[in-house]
Amino acid sequence: MSDQTTQAEIVRNSLKRRYRKERRFRLYGMLAIFIALGSLFVLFADIINKGHSGFIKTTITLDVTLDSEMMYLDDPRDEDQLSMADFVAPIIAALQEHVPEADSAAERRELGRLVGNYAASEVRNLLENNPDFLGTTQTMEFLAHDRVSTYVKHADDPSYSIKLSEQQQEWVDELVEKGVIDTSFNDVLFSRGDSREPSNAGILGAIVGSLLTMLVTLAIAFPVGIAAAVYLEEFAPQNKITDFIEVNINNLAAVPSIIFGLLGLAVFIGLFGMPRSVPVVGGMVLALMTLPTIIISSRAAIKSVPPSIREAAEGVGASKMQVVMHHVIPLAMPGMLTGSIIGMAQALGETAPLLLIGMVAFIVDVPDGFFDSATVLPVQIYLWASASEQGFVELASAGIMVLLTFMISMNALAIWLRKRLERRW
Amino acid sequence: MIKLKTALTTVALAGSIAAVSTPAMARDTINIVGSSTVYPFATVVAERFGRNTDFPTPKLESTGSGGGLQLFCEGVGTQHPDITNASRRMKKSEFDMCQENGVEKITEVRIGADGIVIAHSSEADQWNLSLEQVFLALAKQVPDPDGGDELIANPYMNWNEIDSDLPDQEISVMGPPPTSGTRDAFVELAMEGGCKQFDMIAQMEDENENKFKSVCHSMREDGPFVEAGENDNLIVQRLAQDPDTLGIFGYSFLMENSGQIQAVTIDGVEPTPENISSDKYPVARSLWFYVKNAHVGVVPGIEEYIAEFTSESAWGDNGYLADVGLIPLPREQRMATAKRVKDLEPMTGNEL
Repeated sequence: MSDQTTQAEIVRNSLKRRYRKERRFRLYGMLAIFIALGSLFVLFADIINKGHSGFIKTTITLDVTLDSEMMYLDDPRDEDQLSMADFVAPIIAALQEHVPEADSAAERRELGRLVGNYAASEVRNLLENNPDFLGTTQTMEFLAHDRVSTYVKHADDPSYSIKLSEQQQEWVDELVEKGVIDTSFNDVLFSRGDSREPSNAGILGAIVGSLLTMLVTLAIAFPVGIAAAVYLEEFAPQNKITDFIEVNINNLAAVPSIIFGLLGLAVFIGLFGMPRSVPVVGGMVLALMTLPTIIISSRAAIKSVPPSIREAAEGVGASKMQVVMHHVIPLAMPGMLTGSIIGMAQALGETAPLLLIGMVAFIVDVPDGFFDSATVLPVQIYLWASASEQGFVELASAGIMVLLTFMISMNALAIWLRKRLERRW
Repeated sequence: MIKLKTALTTVALAGSIAAVSTPAMARDTINIVGSSTVYPFATVVAERFGRNTDFPTPKLESTGSGGGLQLFCEGVGTQHPDITNASRRMKKSEFDMCQENGVEKITEVRIGADGIVIAHSSEADQWNLSLEQVFLALAKQVPDPDGGDELIANPYMNWNEIDSDLPDQEISVMGPPPTSGTRDAFVELAMEGGCKQFDMIAQMEDENENKFKSVCHSMREDGPFVEAGENDNLIVQRLAQDPDTLGIFGYSFLMENSGQIQAVTIDGVEPTPENISSDKYPVARSLWFYVKNAHVGVVPGIEEYIAEFTSESAWGDNGYLADVGLIPLPREQRMATAKRVKDLEPMTGNEL
């Protein structure tokens, strides 16, 4: 009797311990998820906090009188006169109308520094395209100088240093009050290529570069990857050579991406003499990198097509080729697509292999072909993050937000395709 | 399923076309490679040039001075770059490599100077260091403080162990990695400069130059000196957060971040543009670019790009390059260089 009581007691006690152990185990799991989600949250919060101001631009809207005497220009069609003309003077004059107290030469120069460095070329371009405007007054919207922009957006933020003189700050405050200096959505970011002026820099060049590069990658990696997967899965004889190839494909998937860059440099640029920094070479390098991912996921998709489908098709007299083309590939397609999209998303975020083939470069013009110099989104972010001007900090974070949007939509597409097209057996 | 088949074939075909067609077309964009120190200046010039002329904006790659010269000297032809930037002068060996590969006529342009600063947070007290102290703080091996002719592994962990006037604070300095031109220049100017002030090591220079170089050029690897990667912004951020840490980077970063960080004076000299261009500040270097004369006339716009770079409005005392931190050459030197460059006078190799 007493024996049994003690035994029950032992069991009860150990039971408690077991429950405690289980609860602790669950807690560890929850803690792990909390850490993962927490760091993700901190990352996003930091990026959005730093980057949201990158989507805002500071503009100065002025009524510019294009006075021929002031600019030393009588004929905007004359190249020589254009190159000698003073296009800053009318901008300063227009600013003076709002800030009449600035009239010494030094003050005027200070005033002129409020507009961006390329304001003068904008006046020039306007006149070049519309020679009739000479002598008229035009309302023009200029981008503010980077320092003005920092002041307007971040005057209260101690991590930014304000580089305007006291007097310039007063003028800017006055102009903001009058509505001459205003902030609006930064469309420049999405309509231009890179620049050394943060206010003039855009991400369009990098987006187009990424798009061209990804097209080349897709055009090579998708058909080659699927052909390889289908052959290996359906036609290849089971022997040592096939095993050897299989092992190597898996190895290839684990090769660091920079190695593919070295390969691209040696083969495509060195051996074939292709130009540096072009999307074709970048796309080919990234295609090599994504190939193993696509092959592996496509093989898994083909494997998951039940044998009964194949047997049924063979049973009604289909040839091996017909079985594969009519039944296996269409049924495996959702899985293949998902794998390819995930591989492409990986390639979209890659910079290391592109460093070696010259795509990490300062390129202002938006590329308009596969053989035009281009950079890609992550490279653009890297370049901005390492630039010395303060304004690029917010642009880099804004760029990360754009890149993440692309990535998330690609992954969402993959998930949607899988949900939508996948068949359960 | 015919649709699927045609779709697959089209994609495959497109892929193979993209892969096979090798372009033999002429290039109309200037290709520039080279130093990451000159990069911020050259990009500003390139962008101005692209905006104000009808030529496309030149493409710039930041490959480091050595990497740039390597690419530049590989040969003549549009697959090779037209111009390379350098934060040090071309070496004789590099000039010979160029000659061997058929890059015979090269125009050398000295564009200005850059100072390397040691800086820390503006919240810290203003410091002064001598080159000797810099060497003692950062070298791998230093002369035995107890006397004797032996070199010992660097024992200093606190600044006041080097000199009792310095604060009682752990030595912690962030600097660029060996791949960077800034590191090369820092080692050659600051470390070697400090190193030579010890008689025992100075003697070594005549007797055993390799040993001398290895002693003077080796940075310590036991913790107090941290390599921070090529990203100078990162160093600046760390300095702002931690007032006890010092950082090493180019003058332009000091200028851009003057609100957050301040420079340490070296031998009592503050790194200002005047002191750097007049060589008073001991850790300063010249910046250069090299033009492949054979490409002038083949790739359009090279002459015009050089003219823009060497115009007073760019590299002059009030030029836009001074705004981004370039320290201009004295006016007479600018005038002489601009004239020489206009005629594309090639290097002879004897000047190196």
